[in-house]
Amino acid sequence: MKELVIISGKGGTGKTSIAASFAALAQRKLLVDCDVDAADLHLILKPQVKENNEFWSGQSAFIDNEKCVECGLCEKVCRFNAITNNYVVDPISCEGCGLCARVCPVDAITMKDNMPGHWFVSETRYGTLVHAKLGIAEDNSGKLVTLIRTRAKAIAQEQSLDYIISDGPPGTGCPVIASLSGADVALLVTEPTLSGIHDLERIVSVCQHFGVPALACINKYDINEQNTAKIEEYCNSNSVNIVAKIPFDNSMIQALEHEMPVVEFSNSTATQHIRALWQNIVQELDDARTEKQT
Amino acid sequence: MIVSVASGKGGTGKTLIATSLALSLSDQTKVQLLDCDVEEPNTHIFLDIKAEQSSPALLLIPHIDEDKCTHCGVCAEVCAYNAIAALPKKVLVFPELCHGCGACSYLCPESAITEEGKEIGVIKQGSSGNIRLVAGELTLGEVAAPTVIREVKRHIDTAGDVIIDASPGTSCPVIEAIKDSDFCLLVTEPTPFGLNDLSLAVETTRKLGIPTGVIINRAGDNDQLIEQYCQEQDIPILLRIPLDRNIAVLYSKGIPLVEGMPDWRRDFLQLFHRIKEMLPTAEVSR
Ligand code: SF4
Ligand code: SF4
Ligand code: SF4
Ligand code: SF4
Repeated sequence: MKELVIISGKGGTGKTSIAASFAALAQRKLLVDCDVDAADLHLILKPQVKENNEFWSGQSAFIDNEKCVECGLCEKVCRFNAITNNYVVDPISCEGCGLCARVCPVDAITMKDNMPGHWFVSETRYGTLVHAKLGIAEDNSGKLVTLIRTRAKAIAQEQSLDYIISDGPPGTGCPVIASLSGADVALLVTEPTLSGIHDLERIVSVCQHFGVPALACINKYDINEQNTAKIEEYCNSNSVNIVAKIPFDNSMIQALEHEMPVVEFSNSTATQHIRALWQNIVQELDDARTEKQT
Repeated sequence: MIVSVASGKGGTGKTLIATSLALSLSDQTKVQLLDCDVEEPNTHIFLDIKAEQSSPALLLIPHIDEDKCTHCGVCAEVCAYNAIAALPKKVLVFPELCHGCGACSYLCPESAITEEGKEIGVIKQGSSGNIRLVAGELTLGEVAAPTVIREVKRHIDTAGDVIIDASPGTSCPVIEAIKDSDFCLLVTEPTPFGLNDLSLAVETTRKLGIPTGVIINRAGDNDQLIEQYCQEQDIPILLRIPLDRNIAVLYSKGIPLVEGMPDWRRDFLQLFHRIKEMLPTAEVSR
């Protein structure tokens, strides 16, 4: 079983459209949406939730104002400025470290467990999808991603599937690292803008840092061919294989508006490129398998 | 006035808006532009501003003085993030798990723990004309984005107007970036994804109690998708930037919209004045 993670540094590069197309093209696979913060894949896959689980993680402090003698110690020790002048804890700022509860001389502070989100195992017409929803303004996205990936692996093993395809979150921080670490191959979806190049460079470094082989796909490569050349040069000198160059194609946007994977929406140029891209990736994933075995 | 620019997801044109707004305002007044998208800071691509000052963003992590330590295990017990393990003869610190909360050093009975700064990012500052750019950048492989954002925001100077470019999403880094703003502009695009992400972003600003307005980027034939939602939620649409190949080309080259197409300056100034009018004057941080 091989795990492919699709990431882009920033969003808006067509990452989720490509992930949804892979969902339609791949056989014997499990799908994971690792963007637990602002998930989009479900808009296309339209999952039917089979299993709804609570995600418990972290704690928040609560002050019992009846007991509090307003000594001010908790406010002084809190590094996250989470305790206001009236001795009320702002749950959004509180990182749950528990120091205030330990120092309070009259035991006025209790720590309560948080349930920052939910995670789901669902059926879609393309197979099983494991996904999650972190509540608004909640913490611990990295842990939630790790949890759903672990669950996804277990299911894929049970059903002896060949591939896990996950749609990764934006950025380079904690949820991205949680999505990448231990994956077999990362597909980086980029576009030929200066911001796109900058983000690509950062995300390639993260992949290298965590030892995940990276492949690149340049979407809308023809909107700025000069920048595309720059990306190619960068990828060549960093041993990142470019596995697709997809031209700007309106059918990508139209498919999105119809909430369909582009490969099912029309047999457009983009569709043909994405089909070829998936073939390339299957090749790379199989190579990754043999390399690991030898 | 502090105005933050955010979006439910990346790639909607957040940085385009933040830089164009800052540039338009800078014709008349001093503006601070804070790049709080520390995982993917991009403002410097659009603004030709050299970093004059660069300082590390530090996270305070514990250092154990083995001579003083009695291996009592208190530090490991109090750490809520399992960042310390107390073995019978040695105390191990795992810096990548540490949140820098200070509990271990505060509670160590032998005062055997001191704190040392670990660099997890850099803050770069520079000026050009009336714009002062403060940009945070998270070191790759690090996870503590909120700490770097907090460090950027320590530089806020409300003597002038402040524009904040936030990171995408609805979780901790975004909250850290937009909280304490007087107003939050949410940038979206007229697609089902855009609408989904916008509704999450609106929930976020509501939860924080920040007044909100919407900007539709790549506007066109499908705007009614966003319009209908905004009407239901009673959120004003403050600006539309059309889907236009020329604008996309400027963006791909890193040219700010208001420099490539100076007519847009007027629109951004109007946008800013509308925001001002919408806010009760007494509450604006100045
Ligand atoms: S638990 Fe930690 S972060 Fe939360 S209020 Fe107490 S000291 Fe502050
Ligand atoms: S430390 Fe305890 S008693 Fe003192 S202000 Fe905080 S809650 Fe109140
Ligand atoms: S609390 Fe202090 S004395 Fe006890 S094990 Fe930790 S460092 Fe050593
Ligand atoms: S500073 Fe806080 S998070 Fe870091 S090791 Fe000490 S107790 Fe744990």
